[in-house]
Order: sequence, then C-alpha cells, then structure tokens
Amino acid sequence: MDLATFLVQCLNAVQYGLLLFLVASGLTLIFGIMGVINLAHGSFYMLGAYLAFALAPWFGDWFVTRLVAGVALAAIFGYVLEWAFFSFLYERDHLQQVLLTYALILVFEELRSILVGNDVHGVPAPSWLGGGFRLGGLMEYPWYRVFASAACLVVALALYAVVQKTRLGMMIRAGASNRDMVRGLGVDIRRLYRIVFAGGVALAALAGMIAAPLSSVYPNMGASVLIICFVVVVIGGIGSITGALIASLLVGFVDTFGKVFFAEWSGVGIYLLMAIVLVWRPEGLMKRGF
Amino acid sequence: MPHVLLRAAALSTALIASTAFAQSSGPIKIGLMLPYSGTYAALGSAIENGFKLYVQEQGGKLGGREVQYFKVDDESEPSKATDNVNKLIKRDNVDVLVGTVHSGVALAMAKAAKDNNTLLVIPNAGADAITGPMCAPNIVRSSFSNWQPGYAMGVVAGQKGVKRAMTITWGYAAGAESTKGFTEGLEKNGGKVIKDLTLPFPQVEFQALLTEIAAQKPDAVYAFFAGGGAVKFVKDYAAAGLNKTIPLYGPGFLTDGTLEAQGASAQNMLTTLHYADNLDTPKNNAFRKAYAIAYKSQPDVYAVQGYDAAQILANGLKAVGGDLGKREQLAAAMRKTPVDSPRGKFTLSAAGNPVQDMYLREVKGNNNEFRSVAVKALADPARGCKM
Amino acid sequence: MASDAVAATSAADTVADVGALPDIGRREPGGWLVPAAAALVVAALPLFVAPYGQDLVLRIAVYAIFALSLELLVGATGLVSLGHAAFLGIGAYATVLASGSDGASIAWLLPLAVLAAAAYAVVVGALSLRTRGVYFIMVTLAFAQMAYFVVHDTKAAGGSDGIFLYAKPTLAVGATTLVDLGNRAALYYIVLAALVATYAFIAMLLASRFGHALAGIRVNEQRMRAAGFSTTPYKLAAFVVAGALAGLAGFLLAVKDGTVNPELLSWHESGAVLLMLIFGGIGSLRGAVVGAVAFTLLKELFQSEALLGPLAQHWQLTLGLTIIAFVAALPRGLIGSGAQLRALMRERTARAARKSA
Repeated sequence: MDLATFLVQCLNAVQYGLLLFLVASGLTLIFGIMGVINLAHGSFYMLGAYLAFALAPWFGDWFVTRLVAGVALAAIFGYVLEWAFFSFLYERDHLQQVLLTYALILVFEELRSILVGNDVHGVPAPSWLGGGFRLGGLMEYPWYRVFASAACLVVALALYAVVQKTRLGMMIRAGASNRDMVRGLGVDIRRLYRIVFAGGVALAALAGMIAAPLSSVYPNMGASVLIICFVVVVIGGIGSITGALIASLLVGFVDTFGKVFFAEWSGVGIYLLMAIVLVWRPEGLMKRGF
Repeated sequence: MPHVLLRAAALSTALIASTAFAQSSGPIKIGLMLPYSGTYAALGSAIENGFKLYVQEQGGKLGGREVQYFKVDDESEPSKATDNVNKLIKRDNVDVLVGTVHSGVALAMAKAAKDNNTLLVIPNAGADAITGPMCAPNIVRSSFSNWQPGYAMGVVAGQKGVKRAMTITWGYAAGAESTKGFTEGLEKNGGKVIKDLTLPFPQVEFQALLTEIAAQKPDAVYAFFAGGGAVKFVKDYAAAGLNKTIPLYGPGFLTDGTLEAQGASAQNMLTTLHYADNLDTPKNNAFRKAYAIAYKSQPDVYAVQGYDAAQILANGLKAVGGDLGKREQLAAAMRKTPVDSPRGKFTLSAAGNPVQDMYLREVKGNNNEFRSVAVKALADPARGCKM
Repeated sequence: MASDAVAATSAADTVADVGALPDIGRREPGGWLVPAAAALVVAALPLFVAPYGQDLVLRIAVYAIFALSLELLVGATGLVSLGHAAFLGIGAYATVLASGSDGASIAWLLPLAVLAAAAYAVVVGALSLRTRGVYFIMVTLAFAQMAYFVVHDTKAAGGSDGIFLYAKPTLAVGATTLVDLGNRAALYYIVLAALVATYAFIAMLLASRFGHALAGIRVNEQRMRAAGFSTTPYKLAAFVVAGALAGLAGFLLAVKDGTVNPELLSWHESGAVLLMLIFGGIGSLRGAVVGAVAFTLLKELFQSEALLGPLAQHWQLTLGLTIIAFVAALPRGLIGSGAQLRALMRERTARAARKSA
C-alpha cells in the first residue's frame, strides 16, 4: 500500500469513526446519566436518516438548514419519548429495560415500514458539496465526506464545551457521578433527564442525517450501528465522552483497514479489539467521567 | 378397533379420491413466494405482474383450468425461507410453486420442492446450484443462472483487450457465482482477475473498497449489485472519478430499473443480459405494449421472466390437458417445449435452465439499448447436476 | 466518588438485575406431576394433529430447551446474557458442517455440537465475566455478533444464505439402524425426550450444592465473596453448561429444519429467548417452557393472515406493543404472576377467616 492510498484510507477511517462518535456519545450519555440501557438507540439514527430523506424535497440545497430542522424535530421527539416511555424505565431492572427497548425497536421498524415503505432510497448530497478534489492522481475524494468529518468535529467540540463549561454540563457531570446526591441537592432531576435524553436522540439523529447521503436509507439500518456503538461504549467506558471519541476512532481504523486487508474476516476485527480491551481494562479505556 | 380401522380406511380413500379428482379439474393452485417487502419488493411485483399478464392473455386459464393464487412474502430472508415455503406446500397445498428473487431463499424452496416433489418454476433467482447439484425434473427456471451474464461480460471484456480486472460484489452466493462466470469468460479471452473485493450484504458503504480499486489501477472493474445497492455503487464509482479512467462492467442488474436514480453516473455503461428494453421484435413490442396498458408502467427483465414462467407452466399443462396427475409428462413437456419469449426464442437445458442469447447493452438516457449479441445460445455448464 | 457510583451500581445490578422472584429451588404447585403430565400430552399429540401442527410443536420443544438453558444463567445465577443465540447457532452449524454429504452418526455428532458450543462459551464466559451489569449484557451481545459475522461473511461457513443438511444423522449399531432422525416420528420423540432430560437435569443441578451456590451469587454476590467463596468459577461453570445445552438445542434445530443460516446467531434470536423467559416468568423452569410456548404461539398468531388479515403484515408492531404491555404490566411473567395471584388469594382468604373468627 503506497503512501497516498494509506492517507486516503486514514481519511476514510477518521470520517467513519467521527460519525460513529456522534451516535455513541448519545448512547453513553443516556446510559451514564440515567442508567438506562437503550437498545432503540439505533432507531434514532435511522430516524435521522429517514428525516434527511423526507425533508430533502422541502429544503433542496439548504442543507445546513435541513440539518438544523431535523435535529430540532428529533430533539422534540426525544423529549416526548422520554416523558411518555423512558421515564418509566429508570426503576426497572436491566433485563426489563433490554426487553422493553427491544420491543420499541420492533415498533419503530414497523412504523417506518408503514409510513415510508420498505424501499431503499438514495439521498443526494447538496450540490454545493458535490464533486470532489483530486488526491494526487489516485482518485477523487468527495467534498461531502470532508463536510461530514468537519461537522462531526464541530459537534464534538460543542459537546465538550457544553459539558465542561456550562451549568447544564456541570449538572450532567454531577448526575453521572452521583445521581442521588444531585437529586438531594434540589436539582430537578426529571427535567435534566429529559434534556439529556433529547440531546442523545438529537445526536444520533444528526449522525443519521449526515450519513444518509453516504450510506442510503434502508430498513434495519439502525441495527448494525447500534451494536457497533455498544462495542464503542464498552471499549471507551460507559459515561465517558472522551472514551467514546477514542474508541470510535479506533473502531473506524480497525474497520476500514480490516476491509482492505482481511476481506471476509473484517467484520470480526472490532470484536477482537473489544476482547483485547476487556482483557486489559474491563471497565473500558476511560473511567467514568469526561 | 375394527371400527377405527374402517373409519380410517374410508377417510383415506376419500382423501385420495378427492386429490385425484382435484388433480384433473378445479382450479390450479399456484403458490407465489416473492419479495413483497424489502429491497427487492419492486422486482417481486414486476414478476407477479408479468406472470398474471400471460395468464390473462390465455383467458385466465392455464391448460384449460382456472388459476387460484396463494401468496407469501419471503422478505428476501433465507432464514425464514423453509418456514415460508412450508406454508405454501403443507398449509395451502399448492400444485405449483413460483418464486423467487433472492438466491438463498430460492435454494430453500428448491430443497423443499425436491423433498415434497412439488413443481417449482423459478422466475429470477440465479443460484447456479439450482440447476447444478440441486437439479431435479420438477424444477425449472425461466430466468438465468448467475454464471451466464457474468461469463458473457467476461468474453466481451477479453475481446476489448482487458488484461487485469478486479471484481466487487456482495459476499453472497449470487455475487460469487456471477464474478466466477466473469472470471471464466475473461480468462478464456486472454485476461485475468487480479483481486476479488467483497462486502457483506446489504451494506453499501463502498468507500474503502473504491480506494483500493483506485490504488490497484486495473484495466476494468466488474461489479455485481442489484436494486438500491446498484444505484449507490454506480453513483459512488462516478463520484470517486473512477468511471473516467477505469471502465465499469456488470451484468444487466447493475443498470436495470435503476437508471433514473443513477442518472448521469451510468451513461455509456456496458452491461450484458438476456434482455434489452428496446429489442425490436414483434413479440417484445406486443409484450411491452400490453404490459404498459395493464400496469401503467414499463416492464423490465423481471416482468419478462415472470411472463415466461407462466408460459413454461402453460406449455406443460397444455401437453397433459391440465391433468396434474400426469406429472412426468408435465415436467418433461415444460422442459422440451421451446419458449417464445419477449427476449427472443429460447430452449431449456436438461438441467432446467434457459439456453439463450446474451445481449450487450449500452446505457443511453434512461434505457439499456441493445448493441449486439455478446454470446449466442449460451448454456450454463450445470456443473454438479446428476440428471 | 466515581468508584462509589460504580460499586453502588454493581450491587444494585446483582440484586435488581432480575428482580425479586420466587425461589427457583422451591417446590411449585403440583411438584413433578404437572411437567410429567404435560410431557405425556405432547407425546400423544401426533395422533390428533396434522403435520404442520406437529412441526410447530417440534419447534416449540426445541425452543423450550433453548429457553431452559438460558434460565440457568438468568434465573438461577442472575446473569443477563444478550448473546445466548451464539451457542444455539454454533451447535447448529457444527452439526451441519460436520455432517458432510453422507450423514453422520448421532453418537459423535451430538457430543461434537454440544462441545463446540461449550468451547465458545468458555472463551466468551471467561472474557465477559470480567465485567458486570450492563457491561456484561453488552459484551455478551458483542461476542454473539462476532460469531454471527464469522458465519455470515466467511465462505468457510457458507455465507449469508446458510447451508443445508443433506443427510440426517442416524444411530447405528453394526448394520442395524436404531434411530434415524430423518424419520419424522423418531425425531419427534427424540426431541421430546431431550426436552424432558434437559428439564430434569437442570432441576437436579439446581437442587444440588452447585445450584445453591448459584442462588447465593444471584441474591448477593458480594456477601458470598465476603464469606470467602470464589464466585467466578461458579459463574463460568453455569455459563458453560448453559452454552452447552443451547448447543444441544442447536443440534436438534439443525436436524429438524435441515438448514442453518446466520440469523440463528442474530441478536433478534437472543432477544427472543430472553422474551420467552420473561413471558413465562424468570426463576421458574416451568416458566421457561411456558414462555417458549407463549412466545412462539404469539408470533404465529400475529403473523397469521388467516386470523388477522392485513394486520398480519405488521406483526412487528403488534408483537412489539404486546411485549411492552406485557413486560410493563406483568414483569413476573405468567408463572410468576400466577404465583403472585395465588399468594394474594391466600392472603385474602386468611384475612376473611380472621375477620369471621
């Protein structure tokens, strides 16, 4: 593999990893703060992708506006969903949470089938992000993928800023370390949970919206993302955003280079990575915290 | 005790009598097992439309008998295939099975048809094994084997001077068989395949593999994808700028039914298939007109295959006067009668697969236009068929 | 502070993970008679039921074995595994891959399938048991996915279409065939016998010292460890036995269907078996079997066009909503709720008796 190809594959790996980070950060936040294991998180990713598809004819080339609109819709949806369903899950044991959120996946998939059908749909990238730039005689790298990576980085930085520098972020960090103490200090924990949940849904949906032109929208697209996110969260450490970032990038690299070097065995690569991390650090790379 | 035996004897005689009776009159029960949901849903409905169009043209009867349809959605899921086909065979007691699109599902159907000795007509799934190791007198196919279009494309590529080629497809049987056909055709004409790339079905994130193609700089690329995957791949290939330097070849599925979505990225692509939209023959023109009137849309190769499936079945039923009891003659007639298809006339091989012309087509606008005959009367080698 | 949170979570996890439940060792009403009677009824079924129905009963029986194997992990030991389908699938695939085109002898094929599943269980268990609570759930899921990808993506295991079993295994002594699993009646009774044997085996295991140790781990692992008990070997043993029994179920499934495919290892399958347990009631062997029956029949019902017409297409919606309603309202499952109801009735009669006295 020559240098040019290597660099391009690195670009591919980083782009994939950053997209994964958006989804995984939502998952790890929801788990870290509320202690709820949510199998339906992949469905929020799918929601975002289908939103991108559905909103496309209305927004045309106003892509960033479309993203903002989609995120807003997803956040509202998440807020309502928390109030209507998830708030009842906090007292239940993990097994029930697993099964209830699994049932939620079935419901979401069927609703999707009823509302949008089962066809595979392509989602076009906006024309101002079309085309690509030549990577030294090798190939053209699409501008849209650069945009995707950049957007994920921006969101990651914003997430960091919110969590480390704002009051809300302070409450989130406190809630992650000691839920009961925070409640005892008079913070409206219910509203905090609702906001965090909505945020998690919005993050996953945003990832789906950004990914839609790259991966198309199709039934069950949330399932594979979900399980990889679980791997990311296990490797990175539950509740740790930094851990999720490091783990996402690791997974991105293992997956991309695995596809090139190991062909049919590439799917196994990230699980081997997880196994190695488990042997070395069962609680994940970063301890709980940010 | 004798009481029970007597009752059992009476019951069984009645059952046997009624089945014999049903075999020569009453409606023919046709079990359609097709994808009515999922990524191949459009193909499923095209096949059904084609099938029903032929039956309609015969006045709604096959072999002088009415037709009763039973439908099961196979969701293109091999894991549910055995259960689904058993619903048609054991619960609905169909006389003939028709299906399906996905090769993995079709393999399960073929096995069940073999185990239960049910007639099976396959209107798409190209799994080589069905007319290979799994071949049987009661199984016939109206479409193609995965090997056929691949081989034809390999021949064309070799004749165009391709020396080093790469293949890319999903990691399932259909993909492997198609690329194997291409490799064989290419090697017989002076080229070779330097690397085979695969990704798991139905993933469509091709970026890493496209980069690998760019790095290896082959003379040509052969890709096998269908449906949504075909749309995405052709578009991504163009987006990476590869279509300007490395020609992309494929079987017709890469561009059938997908041209509107693929737009500019597919223009001038060469593909091989046993059908081309604008074949200017009386039969094809009449077929396309009738289909457009009946279903308000243009037919594609899948509709033709469905149409021919009904025709093959009808040929057999005509020969036995609609009597399903004469199974051996029925199956033999289905195989021996030449088929007058919109794609051209074709015959069936001993293993049950069409022996047909493979056409070279070029994409122009939203159509796959006929250019030439790539290979005439191509027969699948039916490796492993012991009939 | 962070470590406090972690410790608090894991203690809560150990107890709350499966909720308070009827002690799995306690005698349930009817003792041995109820399961034995049920087995006799099932044995007599082929006389009354059509082949399609017999197929259904067979499928339920195999899934009951699968559910029982998981009950050992979830109900008895308190370990929630979301990757149990991997062992079912490995047992099934081992059966088909080792059979070749001429068929094989049950004498070595069955132990091979079980051992293959047990071997993977040792590896997965050793790694997963390093984690607790939610981590454990996610890690077991991930390892099942790994096995799924091996059979789904690689040519060695047949790929996404699955592989067929061309000849069913037989048991022969010299030239005489004692058992031919290709014979539908033989298969029916062998599966039934396997179910009875599995039930009896687990029941005896739980009544033993080993079973009591597992119960102790389930109720309060920290206390067990404080008392000097090394819990990990017990948990690993339970994990491996559960995996082995799932492998047995996989063997039977492969022989019954004559085909295996990667979806057997999917997380949907793992989720389905957990659902069976919760439907029946965690902590009860009868619950596992009842749950398998309930879940399979429910799925058949929701997918039946004959009974539900066009709604059958949307079975995922009806099934999903039913699961939510059921788990929310009856988290103890059918058996558990039955026990709860009986206790409630007893209390009521006692109170009435006290009032009138």
